[in-house]
Amino acid sequence: MSARTADRPQKWGNPFTYFVALLFIGVCVAPVLYIVLGGFRTNSQISTSPAGLPEPWVVSNYLNVLKSVTFWGEFANSLVVALASTVGTVILGLMVSFVLARYDFRFKGAMYSLFAAGLMFPMVIAITPLYIVIKDLGLVDNLLGVIVPQIAFGLPTTVIILVPFLRAIPKEIEEAAAIDGTGRLGFFFRMVIPLSRPGVVTVGILGFIGSWNNYVLPLYVLNSQANFTLPLGVQAFSSQYSVDTAKVLAFTSLAMLPAMAFFAAFEKKIVGGLTGAVKG
Amino acid sequence: MSNTLGTEPADGHQSQGTPGAGSAVSSARPAPPPAATRRRRGRAKMRFEIAVLSGPAVIVFLSFVIFPVALAAFYGFYRWHGYGAPTDWVGLNNYKLILTDPAFQQVLWHTGVILVLSLAVQGPLAIVLALLLNQKIRGRSAIRILIFVPYVVSEVIVGTGWSLMLQSNGALNDLLRHVGLGFLQADWLADPDLAIWTLLGIISWKYIGFAVILMLAGLQSIPEELSEAAQIDGASYWQIQRRITLPLLGPTIRIWAFLSIIGSLQLFDLVYIIWGPYVAGTAGTSTMAIYMVGQGRNAGNYGYGSAIAVVMFLISLVVALLYQRFLLRRDLQGAITEGAS
Repeated sequence: MSARTADRPQKWGNPFTYFVALLFIGVCVAPVLYIVLGGFRTNSQISTSPAGLPEPWVVSNYLNVLKSVTFWGEFANSLVVALASTVGTVILGLMVSFVLARYDFRFKGAMYSLFAAGLMFPMVIAITPLYIVIKDLGLVDNLLGVIVPQIAFGLPTTVIILVPFLRAIPKEIEEAAAIDGTGRLGFFFRMVIPLSRPGVVTVGILGFIGSWNNYVLPLYVLNSQANFTLPLGVQAFSSQYSVDTAKVLAFTSLAMLPAMAFFAAFEKKIVGGLTGAVKG
Repeated sequence: MSNTLGTEPADGHQSQGTPGAGSAVSSARPAPPPAATRRRRGRAKMRFEIAVLSGPAVIVFLSFVIFPVALAAFYGFYRWHGYGAPTDWVGLNNYKLILTDPAFQQVLWHTGVILVLSLAVQGPLAIVLALLLNQKIRGRSAIRILIFVPYVVSEVIVGTGWSLMLQSNGALNDLLRHVGLGFLQADWLADPDLAIWTLLGIISWKYIGFAVILMLAGLQSIPEELSEAAQIDGASYWQIQRRITLPLLGPTIRIWAFLSIIGSLQLFDLVYIIWGPYVAGTAGTSTMAIYMVGQGRNAGNYGYGSAIAVVMFLISLVVALLYQRFLLRRDLQGAITEGAS
């Protein structure tokens, strides 16, 4: 890094800052590295030197997980649930945000407050009654029993982020569309959807990662292994192979890979979205 | 219910009774047709559009977020094991049991400790780190990605990793031995005097990156001219931070604290994964949500579990309302009306 940046004129700044930054990064990343590197070790390596590095590196743990049907089944379940929840949240959220941003009607304020109040009630608190509703609908041990509630609980954040976004689309565009004979629904499909892409991307990423990492709802709803998502799979795997630490670590690090890749690819959007959401 | 959401101001004329609503309707319709009948047809069409566009979201939200809450309030009055309709009405007995259960008082205490100490530890640390990282240094975007990693990794994975590392023969004790700090070795997870501090450490590790990112975002929205002007007037670095930056960072800090409080009140995954519902009780780390799952679903007492859910709701609601009333009102208004633009 220093070789590449040495010829740039920018100042380097205070060395103390770099020291603190490096220390902070080390603390943040080390436990994750422990999981990833542990997967490259054998159990005897781990028990003789719990904090050591792989010596030699072993890939069989990872290969075994990658060859297992269980892992891919749970991976597929997680992917289906995450994609369906994200798409559902974005579509429903976009539609209702459009109404809240661009129509005027009597219950608009109440409707907005209703969704905003949802922010105060996270899924964990509602899980017992929510489970009863899911059970009464016959959706226990069904991926839909995870997807639909996730869409519902994703709506408050989506509405909070998208409404200001849609409100910011200039009125002139809508008027121009009206002059060209496009109704408000046509305006929605032809203008709003393309123009709101940045907001939608932020909401979509947050929804995807939230769904990928969700634990408590699948814990309640899904009870056969064939329907498990990865967080349940990680827990089941680690109690099933509690003596095979290396294998557990390999499974665990492969389970976190997709969310990490997703995050790395869209990091700017996530941070940008958060920035927007808290800008006072 | 959504098809009744349209406005019906008098008979379509600009009545004086509701000037706000009336003028808003007319200004929202580009080029309103003059004839009253056409206007009425336009309003019907608008009502139809509102129903179609907002209906699905409102229905899903009401049935899976609001309805369960109402249901919990109902089931909370019954002794009920989750099969058939509840018949065994016990009045406020469930609530009496909860509030007098020493185990519940204990989880309430744990939740309070976690809530207060999360704020006290993460807040100042995040502000200091954000101030440091906000300086002109190389690799800022890489730093931002790396400190956000613990936040992106799921609680289950974090919990699995930490519980392996913190076992008495795990990596942390091994590391302490190797760097000559062997006397610090401890049974991090099982020792009841220590476990809640371990939990706090893991929570801080997991969520501090999020706090720092928020604070950095807040810092970047403060105009640089202000601190430059103060510098010219002879203010020192720390004076500038204390007198200018911190007050202007207020809204960000208050919103972060709100998110942190809500997070503490619903803490579940990490404790459930690392300790499990039963060990958490003896190790002194169980939280309200752990108590709810253990006493409700795992014991098959859905009436009692619903009552616990209601208590948690009320606690969260009171905390949230008080917080909003006294601290957050202006900030949230700003965030909601201009955020993300």
